Amino acid sequence: MSLAIDAPAAAGPGTDRRVQARRLTVVLAALLAGMSVFSLAWGASGTSLWGALGDLAAGRELSRLDRIILFDIRLPRLVLGVLVGAALAVSGALLQGLFRNPLADPAIVGVSAGAGLAAMAAIVLGTALPAAVQQAAGSYLVSIAAFFGSWIAILVLYRISTRGGRTSVATMLLAGIAISALANAGTGMITFMADDSQLRDLTFWNMGSLAGATWAKVFAAAPVIWLALLAAPFLARGLNGLALGEAAAGHTGIPVQRVKNTAILTVAAATGAAVAVSGGIGFVGIVVPHLLRLATGPDHHSLLPNAGLLGASLLLAADMISRVAVAPAELPIGIITAVLGAPFFLWILLRRFGSMGI
Amino acid sequence: MQAYDIRVTLGRRAILKGVDFEARPGEVTAIAGPNGSGKTTLLRAMTGEVPFSGRVLLNGHDTAAMKPWQLAAIRAVQPQSAAIAFPFTVLEIVRLGLRAGLAAADSDLPLRALAQVDLAGFAHRFYQDLSGGEQQRVQLARVMVQVWEPVRDGVPRWLILDEPVASLDIGHQFTVMDLARSYAARGGGVVAVMHDLNLTAMFADRITLVHAGRVAADGVPAEVLTHDTLAQVYGCPVPVNRVPPAGVPYLLPQARAV
Repeated sequence: MSLAIDAPAAAGPGTDRRVQARRLTVVLAALLAGMSVFSLAWGASGTSLWGALGDLAAGRELSRLDRIILFDIRLPRLVLGVLVGAALAVSGALLQGLFRNPLADPAIVGVSAGAGLAAMAAIVLGTALPAAVQQAAGSYLVSIAAFFGSWIAILVLYRISTRGGRTSVATMLLAGIAISALANAGTGMITFMADDSQLRDLTFWNMGSLAGATWAKVFAAAPVIWLALLAAPFLARGLNGLALGEAAAGHTGIPVQRVKNTAILTVAAATGAAVAVSGGIGFVGIVVPHLLRLATGPDHHSLLPNAGLLGASLLLAADMISRVAVAPAELPIGIITAVLGAPFFLWILLRRFGSMGI
Repeated sequence: MQAYDIRVTLGRRAILKGVDFEARPGEVTAIAGPNGSGKTTLLRAMTGEVPFSGRVLLNGHDTAAMKPWQLAAIRAVQPQSAAIAFPFTVLEIVRLGLRAGLAAADSDLPLRALAQVDLAGFAHRFYQDLSGGEQQRVQLARVMVQVWEPVRDGVPRWLILDEPVASLDIGHQFTVMDLARSYAARGGGVVAVMHDLNLTAMFADRITLVHAGRVAADGVPAEVLTHDTLAQVYGCPVPVNRVPPAGVPYLLPQARAV
């Protein structure tokens, strides 16, 4: 990881940061490719990617066990990790641009909690829905619910903390606490209503994990996250302009209201889909954009794609730690990102507190 | 640029009570007035930043019916003060004035604009680390890049400036006002909210003097800046063209050698 973070920081803002950012994109893409191979090759079972590749090269048939482990266990987990990591990091960058503040993160300001509440409600109460609705929504039910949950949470948060085009950071963080508390109360209610088998699902899911990755989950999340990731770069110019303030952004020709609405929808879609399949994985959305801003600056044209790449790599790394830390058992990945991310969040908070107050 | 019967009410207080305003391309039009007279509110109403009733025409088109990018193509607005959310460099801020933002093709316009506001060499400094006056000049460079040519396709373009010299030293006050004059001389329109009456007298072609939400006087500086009008609007005697008593040093920006 240190490769991606240290290399460009040394150059400082003296040179054109756009060039550095483009170089960093290449480095991060290579890093993600490397992490993907590593993650595919590595696991609790004895199956080795290299052995399998050797078998394939020699024209030998793969054993049934190897095939299952590689293609039905490790590969979906890898794809899901990439999607979720990219979705969370890009959501963080979008939210921070929208709120004009580096402390906004889907997990911290209650957006993930909103998605989580809706997703858990769908898991537990979904069976009570009319059969026709269940049939129609199918495996997407949890994703759709999570999308609406996070959408409502962002709308409420934005309403509360932004007045006349200015966001109060203190209000944003406090409103996030309130929204999280409310969502957690709802989550508690649902946990209370769940039966034993649902309870096990919920607990593990709530801590955040990629362990249950299946192709079904990948297909449920992939279209939504892809759509959000593809939409994000179109917001880059608008979010750069918003850094000047809403009125000034409007005067440079940016359709401010449309940019804001699109950003909110995109974050809701990406966060909702990510939370629906992986539970509460926090802090990716704050750590990744912050490191990238330190390295190559806040221009969203490069920040958004680079955040996607670094977020994906970071989550794969955290997932590998989660697989070996207490092997042969697995540590939920949410615990690892929180252990690494929470002190990082405090560090940013203290740095800002020193220089400009909240 | 014309505005008719502009009224603004904030809460229950009427800030502007029916103001008419006109600015012509090729001229610097100043909006002056005491604190709280509504001069900045007038500017914000005409740029659509505060809700208002009345009509604003820009080059003959009703601004209410124009899209943000149509307005941005013929009008740039310099804010009074601007905190920036993220650690952008000076050059990155000025590039935001280019039509396509930061991703725009490389152009030397931003650097030329920075040189014009006397900030050559500041391109790679962080905006947040600059002083208030320097930040203000960066913002001016940004809006100048947005409407760089004063006339395009025969259509005049507009620079709208909110107290452009408020936190500048006297040397840079001249730098900025000279830029405004030159923009107007080349056919563009300049509308500026001004606090300093001496600079206004020197650089404005026309002055709209706002007092208590209405236009108190309107015309060329010699008509507007009279002892009687100023005494009435500012509530204190303001002698015009009189030399102070002997022994008091005084500075006359008007007396600078050009």
